[in-house]
Amino acid sequence: MNPNTKQVRSPVERQFNRSYANGAWLLLRYLLLFAGVAVTLFPFLWMAASSFKEPKDLFDLSLIPSPATWSNFGDLFVKAPFGLWFANTAGVAVVSTVSVLVFDTMVGYVLAKFVFPGRSVIFVFIISTLMVPTEMLIIPWYLLASKLGLSDTYAGLLLPGLISAFGIFLMRQFMESLPSELLDAARIDGLNEWRVFSSIALPLMKPALATLAILSFISGWNQFIWPFIVLQTENKYTLPVGMVYFSSELKDNSGWILIMTAATVSVLPLITIFLIFQKRIIQGIALSGMK
Amino acid sequence: MNRIHNIAKPLSLLAVVSLLLTACGGNNSDNAGSSSSSSSPSVASASPTETTTASGDSQEKVTIEYWQYEYPSKVALIDELIKQFEEQNPGITVKQTNFPYDQYNEKVATLVPAGKGPDVINLYYGWLPKYVSSGFLQPLPESDFPAAEIESKYYPFVDAAKIDGSYWAIPTAVRTLAVFYNKDLFAKANIAEPPATWEELVEDSLKLTEKDSNGQFVVEGLAWEPGAQLHHWYRDGLLPQAGGQDLSEDRRKILWADTPAGLEAFQYLIDFAVKHKVGTTGVFTDDVTAFKTGHAAINIDGSFRLGSLATDAPDLNYGIAPLPSYKNKSAPSSYWANAISAGVTGAKLDASIKFLKFLTSKEVQEQWVDKVGELPAQKEVATQDKYLNDEKLGPFIRQLDNSKAHFFIDETGERTLFVDAANEVLLNNVPAEKAFKDLVAKTQKLYDDYWAKVDKK
Amino acid sequence: MITNTTQRRAAEGSKPLSLRLNYRAQRYLFIYLMLGIPVLYFLLTRLYPILYSFNISFREWDVLSPEKPYIGWANYTSLLEDEAFRKSLKNTFLYVVVGIPGQLAAGLFVALLLQNVKRLRGFFRTVYFIPYITSIVAVSWIFRWLLMPNGWINGQLLSLGLPAQPFLQSPDQAPYVIALSMIWQSVGFQMLIFLTGLEGIPKMYHEAAHIDGANAWHRFRYITVPLLNPIILFSAVIAGISYLQSFAHIVSMTQDGGPLNSTRTLVYHIYKLAFKSFDMGSASAATVVLFVIILAFTLLQLKILDRKLDY
Repeated sequence: MNPNTKQVRSPVERQFNRSYANGAWLLLRYLLLFAGVAVTLFPFLWMAASSFKEPKDLFDLSLIPSPATWSNFGDLFVKAPFGLWFANTAGVAVVSTVSVLVFDTMVGYVLAKFVFPGRSVIFVFIISTLMVPTEMLIIPWYLLASKLGLSDTYAGLLLPGLISAFGIFLMRQFMESLPSELLDAARIDGLNEWRVFSSIALPLMKPALATLAILSFISGWNQFIWPFIVLQTENKYTLPVGMVYFSSELKDNSGWILIMTAATVSVLPLITIFLIFQKRIIQGIALSGMK
Repeated sequence: MNRIHNIAKPLSLLAVVSLLLTACGGNNSDNAGSSSSSSSPSVASASPTETTTASGDSQEKVTIEYWQYEYPSKVALIDELIKQFEEQNPGITVKQTNFPYDQYNEKVATLVPAGKGPDVINLYYGWLPKYVSSGFLQPLPESDFPAAEIESKYYPFVDAAKIDGSYWAIPTAVRTLAVFYNKDLFAKANIAEPPATWEELVEDSLKLTEKDSNGQFVVEGLAWEPGAQLHHWYRDGLLPQAGGQDLSEDRRKILWADTPAGLEAFQYLIDFAVKHKVGTTGVFTDDVTAFKTGHAAINIDGSFRLGSLATDAPDLNYGIAPLPSYKNKSAPSSYWANAISAGVTGAKLDASIKFLKFLTSKEVQEQWVDKVGELPAQKEVATQDKYLNDEKLGPFIRQLDNSKAHFFIDETGERTLFVDAANEVLLNNVPAEKAFKDLVAKTQKLYDDYWAKVDKK
Repeated sequence: MITNTTQRRAAEGSKPLSLRLNYRAQRYLFIYLMLGIPVLYFLLTRLYPILYSFNISFREWDVLSPEKPYIGWANYTSLLEDEAFRKSLKNTFLYVVVGIPGQLAAGLFVALLLQNVKRLRGFFRTVYFIPYITSIVAVSWIFRWLLMPNGWINGQLLSLGLPAQPFLQSPDQAPYVIALSMIWQSVGFQMLIFLTGLEGIPKMYHEAAHIDGANAWHRFRYITVPLLNPIILFSAVIAGISYLQSFAHIVSMTQDGGPLNSTRTLVYHIYKLAFKSFDMGSASAATVVLFVIILAFTLLQLKILDRKLDY
């Protein structure tokens, strides 16, 4: 049991000091990491706890609600079509994700694996759109959507997010790591370009696709300013737009407590999805930064 | 890495190209600008196209679109009123659209250029000049809404809707500000009566203020949020009460600094937070929440709050008192008014006028008091005994005769300037005199810019 | 390894097809078919709106009015005189200057802590990443409430015997509070990127340096940092652009970019001009300014970090 007796090899002293120092260092690391965990999670705990408080306990600073109540959750559905908002948000996130997957892989693949005139112009053009703030595009988008008869429709809502420049960047990064020899080999075997893409390249890209899918689902779920502008009918709202609806009713409703409840409900599905797919997400993001 | 590096050169090229394109677009003024204006807004086509075609199909069937902000009791009442109106006028259908209050203007700003305008729109009176100067509204037809009649029947401050000699909008209901006081907290502090004078308000709020051992507010004597109602209280309450004047006759000059009253009133308002420390910004989120939850003993608020207090804080034991007085009597008032957009003509215009007349009828004004809690806009309706004797409504209505509504040329801008001036004193320790001087100068600049634009047209 | 098996599978499974088009033509057809729709899409939904804004920036356009007369550079000169605009420029600059290094440092710090940690590694990674996937609106409201003058955080400060802070109510503190909350939300993202970067550094470099007697700081300074440079660049560009465009935080956490415009950003100012003042011309001009700044910023960043990279 005595560590000294165990370490009988030559530079005992040094070895011992080092592992002792390492132990202390490791302990410090864990302490810091747990402090970070507290800072990260506390706001969420506070949010969740608040959603169980009674409106009159608004300024109660205790973390554990007493008395705790479920009624706020019921109120969400009574005071607003919260269920519909939920379904809308999920639907919009799914459709835009599918579209992004289809187009972004295609573009990413071509940009990564082919040399052709105009390649860098197209790439730079697409990437530079990332630098344009959405707020700048809202008005022209709205004019466009209404010219096409798409204002206050899901089609109009989906329009600006059907292809993602960031996704293209991401897919291109991934695709570059595909060995070109492999693709060439398939070509020599007589596969046409489409087959090379769909049966050779795509299957190898599954992790990347999963990453992109989850990332665009998350951003589709959280997007705010465009749905907020393009949607008018309350029943068509998405969750973030609906939450603003709550906030603008702030002074005339149960206010903050209800907002916290709405936030809790809207954040939960994302956290769940993240917990399930976290490996994929983490891998993907890590890779996007690596290249 | 290399890839990102590669972006750099083509990127700058792109920028140059796009700048060149812009320059071209700018010189050729018929380029993008006119193509979009022909297909979109134009006042002439501000009414929705679907409804126009609908009216063509079957004779005399007219649909008009009504916009107002999202306020549960108002939305519900308008739905009800539309039913009544459609029964009386079988040929007319009214469609109500609502937007959250905070986003009302931006919704209008995106929808209207896209050709999705309302026929009848409910606007805060302080927004009218902006809507009028951009040509979005048409004046109310003199034959249906004679100016003389409006001036004799309605409270005088409704004339803030009179611009360039004609009325552009007409309210169903109006609101005034008064003192909301928490009776329980008053009893606890042994104060029998609500404050009636400036001095009493200071004394009472000092007595009512409660802080814990750390100096944190437990109860604010007076909720103090300059961006909420206090800036109105200053312009149309404190300032005239102290003997000052708001605007020149032609609405071009801010007269706050022309008499010492302006600074005196400003100082009085600021002192609550800075000197007496009976309340300050952001405690308990805002003034209304503070009052609602019993964390503010007094709040200066409007009659429109009665409804939400009844639903959200049914147990709150509070009373209403007229604003404390000083040299003169005056209380701030305000209103939301209904206007007709410029492009509405023919059958739709007739229908819109009918709807407006209906909305301003005595019956509707009475329903409005009952359901929404706002005060009737016409003297005759408001001064009925059933309202005057109402414990809560009475104090608001009794102030109506002496109330004023500042002519805003830019409600948001003017409010922001006031809030900034208050914050300069509160947060940056700027002397009140200096903050006040800046406030007047900057507000004057807003007016100068507005009038320069109007005069140009 | 994966490549090898797939290669074999692909080679076994494919059957030769006769080529109807010659190889070159087929290739180009494929390329342009794949790119056609997306490029058109970006032209329509990105380039066209930008050009439209450029054009509008030279016009006086009160949104509600049908006319948009050409007025030259007047929108730009009036922006220069606009105090709130200058303030918003300054604030945006402040967010970038405080935010990027803060975010990178925090991310790198957590990544270094996590590096070599075996137990609970996945747990930490997951937890730190959660804020990144949460909507800004929700997060801002939580912070706003926690940071109220009589909110939870001040409650804790007071119970520790420290003075209560005004936080978002103070023009001196509010911008930093906002910057911190942005950092809080993106630490997880930066951490992940750096973690991968750190893993990519061959262990033998450190071991070799260690044998040569380099201490921890020297190893960090002369091995880790230079090798992480591409990643620092990537992170800095992503963070920079997001700080330059910060908007949702301002809307949800402050009252009108206040107090005293201390938190107002360029994008928020654009939003105010366009949707609250209906002044689309000035809003577009401010947008063009922002666009130029972002462009310049990106080029500058590429230059600086690129030079360091090449040694």
